[in-house]
Amino acid sequence: MTLDHDHDHDRDHDRDGAGVSGVRGRFGIDDDPVFVIDQSRCIGCEACVQACMECGTHRGRSLIHLERFDRATTTQTAPMVCMHCEDPTCAQVCPADAIKQNEEGIVQSALKPRCIGCSNCVLACPFGVPKYYAEIDQMMKCDMCTDRTSEGFAPMCASVCPSEALWYGTVEQFHQQRQGSLLRDFFFGRQEVRTKVYTVVDDVTTGPIDVLGGVTASWLDDPFAIEEGAS
Amino acid sequence: MANKPVSEAELIDRFGPHLNEAPPGGWDAGLQVDRVVKTHCCFCGQQCGIKLKVHDNDVVGFEPWYEFPFNEGKLCPKGVKRYLQGAHPDRLTYPMERDESAPGGFRRVSWEHALDRTVREIRRIQAEHGDDAFAMLSGVSLTNEKSYLIGKFARLALHTANLDYNGRYCMVSAGAANKKSFGVDRNTNPWSDIPLADVVWTAGTNVAETFPITTSYIWRARDRGAKLIVQDPRVVPLARTADLFLPVRPGTDSALFGAVLHELIRNDWLDHDFIDAHTVDFDQAAAAAADMSPRWAADVTGVPAARIEEAAELWGTSATGMLLHARGIEQQSKGTENVMAAHNLGLATGKFGKPGCGVSTITGQGNGQGGREHGHKCDQLPGNRDIRNPEHREFVASVWGCDEADIPGAGVTAVEIIEQIDAGKIKGLLSICFNPAVSSPDTALTARALDKLEFYGVIDFFLSESAQHADIVLPGSLHEEDEGTVTTGEGRIVKINKAVDPPGEARVDWEILLDLADRLGATEYFDYDDPEQIFDELCRASSGGAADYTGATWRRIVDEMGLFWPVPEVGHPGTPRLFEGGRFHHPDGKARFHAIPFRPPAEEVDDEYPIWLTTGRVVSQYLSGTQTRRIGGLVDQYPEPLCEIHPVLARRLGIENGQPVTVRSRRGAITLPANVVETIRPDTVFIPYHWPGAQAANQLTNPVLDPISKMPEFKVAAVSVAPAEPGGAS
Repeated sequence: MTLDHDHDHDRDHDRDGAGVSGVRGRFGIDDDPVFVIDQSRCIGCEACVQACMECGTHRGRSLIHLERFDRATTTQTAPMVCMHCEDPTCAQVCPADAIKQNEEGIVQSALKPRCIGCSNCVLACPFGVPKYYAEIDQMMKCDMCTDRTSEGFAPMCASVCPSEALWYGTVEQFHQQRQGSLLRDFFFGRQEVRTKVYTVVDDVTTGPIDVLGGVTASWLDDPFAIEEGAS
Repeated sequence: MANKPVSEAELIDRFGPHLNEAPPGGWDAGLQVDRVVKTHCCFCGQQCGIKLKVHDNDVVGFEPWYEFPFNEGKLCPKGVKRYLQGAHPDRLTYPMERDESAPGGFRRVSWEHALDRTVREIRRIQAEHGDDAFAMLSGVSLTNEKSYLIGKFARLALHTANLDYNGRYCMVSAGAANKKSFGVDRNTNPWSDIPLADVVWTAGTNVAETFPITTSYIWRARDRGAKLIVQDPRVVPLARTADLFLPVRPGTDSALFGAVLHELIRNDWLDHDFIDAHTVDFDQAAAAAADMSPRWAADVTGVPAARIEEAAELWGTSATGMLLHARGIEQQSKGTENVMAAHNLGLATGKFGKPGCGVSTITGQGNGQGGREHGHKCDQLPGNRDIRNPEHREFVASVWGCDEADIPGAGVTAVEIIEQIDAGKIKGLLSICFNPAVSSPDTALTARALDKLEFYGVIDFFLSESAQHADIVLPGSLHEEDEGTVTTGEGRIVKINKAVDPPGEARVDWEILLDLADRLGATEYFDYDDPEQIFDELCRASSGGAADYTGATWRRIVDEMGLFWPVPEVGHPGTPRLFEGGRFHHPDGKARFHAIPFRPPAEEVDDEYPIWLTTGRVVSQYLSGTQTRRIGGLVDQYPEPLCEIHPVLARRLGIENGQPVTVRSRRGAITLPANVVETIRPDTVFIPYHWPGAQAANQLTNPVLDPISKMPEFKVAAVSVAPAEPGGAS
C-alpha cells in the first residue's frame, strides 16, 4: 500500500486551519511539531485504537493503548501512546540491543532479527507501552507513525482524535489555542524520565503533581444528589 | 405474506450480519491505491470529510481529509472503519424474491422480473384498496437528490399520500419547534460559533458518543474560558469535566427549562430590547413559567434547586451562549414542547443571530437536515413547503409539470403507517434505507404489521431485519457508490462523491426509482441522466421556499467546501448564521415565545413498573446497526446491549454487575447483562437500541406520539427490572 495524499489537488483548497502550513495535521520542514496527550479530554471512543490499525508500518495491529479505569464509577479513559523517552528504559534493559531510537528521538519497535522475545522492555517501561506479540515473537510499540510523520503528516491517532485529547502541533500552537501546561519530566521513584511526548497538567509551575489529582468539592461528589435526597 | 421465509438462523447464516474485519485481500495485501476520493462519512449528521482510498472497484482504506474545515481530518471510530462496509460478504448483489424453498429464503431473480412483480403488486393493491393503501418509507441516510426524487416518486408515480421517513424518529420534534419558534427549520448556527460561546449547555445530547467531533468545538470554547453545563440522566463522557451537571429525570426537561426561565425573569437576566424588538408572546411564556420555581422543578426533575439556579445564572449573565440539544429532549411525547422551552431561554436572553449565540439542535442522521427539507415527509413538498398549502402545491406542480390536483394530500407519519398496516388499511409497502423492525418503538407491533403486508418491496444494500420480511429485494447503492449532496447538521450543503460502482447487479438507487416510475407510467416526470440534473431541479423546486437552495450548484458546493442555505439567489454567499440582526423567518420577522406548562411523560412509573427506562446509542454503533453491526472492529468495541443500572438500585434488586436481568414494560421484555455503574440516575436504567429481535431495546419503548411532531417517546418508558429467570425473558 502506498500513501497517496493527493497533495496538488489539496493545495487548491487549503483553508486557514490550525496547522503551520495553514492546514491542521500537516507540517513543513522547519516546523517542529510535538505530540500532546490530554487525558482529561478523552471520551473513550476508540477512534485512535481503530485508526492505529490503519498505520502503514503495522497494518491491522493497533499499538495504542486505551485504558479504562473503573467503568463502575467513571467514564474516564486514558489513551497511551509511546512517550518516546529521551533515554528509553526499554532500550536500556534490552539484552539484545534490539530497541533503537532514530535521529528524531523516536523509539522504534524491537528489530525483528534481534528481538529475543524476553519481554524485559514490557516489564521495565514506566508507561506500560511495549507489548510482546507471541505469534510473531517480537515486541512492537507505537513508532509515532514514522511513515506519516517523516512526510510531515500527523500520526493517525492524533489526526482522527475527535476530542483532541491526542494532539499534534507546535508548542507555540498549543499555547495559542489551549489551556494547561505541558509536562514531560516524570519521576518514577528515583528515576527521572524526560519524554518527547508531552502530557497536559493545570499548572506545571506548582511543583510535583500528584497524578491521582487533588479533590475539590464539585457536583462530581454526588452527581445525582443522592445525599440531598433529590432523587 | 411478508413474514420471514425461513428461520432467523438460516437468514443470518446466508445474509449476516457477518463481520468484515479487514480490507479486501487482508491487511497485508499491499494493494496499490489507484485513486483517493474526497467525500464524507456515511453516518451521522456531522458529515465529517474523509478521503477514501480505492483500488480497482474496492474501497481499501481511508486517509484524513485535513483540509475540510468542519472536522480537519478528525473522525470517530465509525468514520475510521466505515470503509469496511464495502466489499462485504453480506452485500446484496442481485435482485431477489422471497422463496421459502431457497437457501436463506430468497431466490435470485432478474431485474426485469423484480421490477415487474413490484409494479404488478402496486397496481393490484391500489386497484383493490385505493392509492393510499400502498405506502412508502424512506430514510435520511439518502442524499438530497434521492430525498427529493422519492418525494416526487411517491406523489407522481405511486400516487400515494402515505410517504414518510425515518427522520420521524430523529429530527422532527426539533424541526417542528424550529418552524414554530423561528419560521424556518434549520439549526441556528455554524459550528464555528460554538468556540465563541461563553457558556455551552448540552441538553439531552451524549455528544461524546453520538457527535464525537463536536467535543473538540466545545473544548475550544472551554479553552477560551467558557463554562459547560450538561443536562442528562447519565454522567455521559462529556459531563465528567463539566462545570455544572443537571441530572434530569427522563421526561422532565420542559420543567427544568421552565424553572430556568422563571429564574431569568425573577432576576431580570433578560434582554428586554431583544424581546421587544424581535419577539412576540413573551408574556404568555412568562405566565406559564410563573409557578415553575426551582424548588418545584427540583421535585419534578430530580435536579437540585441550587443547580437550576446556577444554570440560570450562567445562562442569564453570560454575554454569549450556545444551547445544543438532541434526541434526549426531542424523542419524547412532548419533544416539540421541550425544544420550544429551550428556545424560550435563548429568546429571553437575546442569544440569537450573533457570534457565539444560538439554541440549536444537533441533527442526528447523515442527511437529517437536508432529508427533512425536500419533500419526503408525509406533509411536505420541496423547499420545506407545506403539502396542504394551495400556493405551495401550485408552485411545485409548476416545477414538476403536473396538475396541482395530481399531487396527493398529506399522508400519515411513520409510526402511523405501521399502525395502519397493522389495522389492515395499508396493504403494500416499498421501503428504502429504513429498518423499522429495529428502529421503531414497540418491535412486536412492527413485526406483526410487516407480517400482514400483502406485498413488501425493499431497496437496500444489506438484508436488514426489516428486509427479511420482504417479497422483493432490490439491491441499491451504498453511500460511496453514488454521488449527490447532503446537508449537514450545520446547514452546510456538501458533496458526496462516488468512489466505486455498485457491485454485481446492484444499481444506484435513483436509477431503480426511475425504472419503477417508468413501469408505473410516470416516465414524463422522471427524465434525468444523472443526479446533478435532479439537484438542479431540486434547487428550482426549493426556490422561494423556507429551505431555499436557488443559488446552489454542485460546482460551488465543491469549490467552497460546502454552502450554507438559504442561498436564495444565484451568486448569494450562503447563510452560515441564521437570524442576524434579530430577523427571524416568520412573515413579521419576529420569533415566537411559547407558553410551555409542564406535562408528564405519557407513561409514568407505578408499583408494577417502578423504574424509568431511557434508550440511546453507543459510540461504535449507528442507529439500527444495518451497517455497523457488520464491521468487526466496531462490534468488538461494544458487542451486545447492556443495561446500565446504578449500584444503589442494583443492590436493592439483588443484581450484580454482569448478571443477566430482565427489563419488562407494558410492550415486552428483554434479558441482557447488567452494567452496574454510578454514572446513571438511581431511578433510571439505560439500554442502547442498535440490536434486533430479542436484543432490541425497542421491545420496551412506547409508540405514543408527540401530538405535533409525531415523534415516538423513545426516551421515556416505565419498566420493571429483576434478575433474569433461567431461560430468559418470555
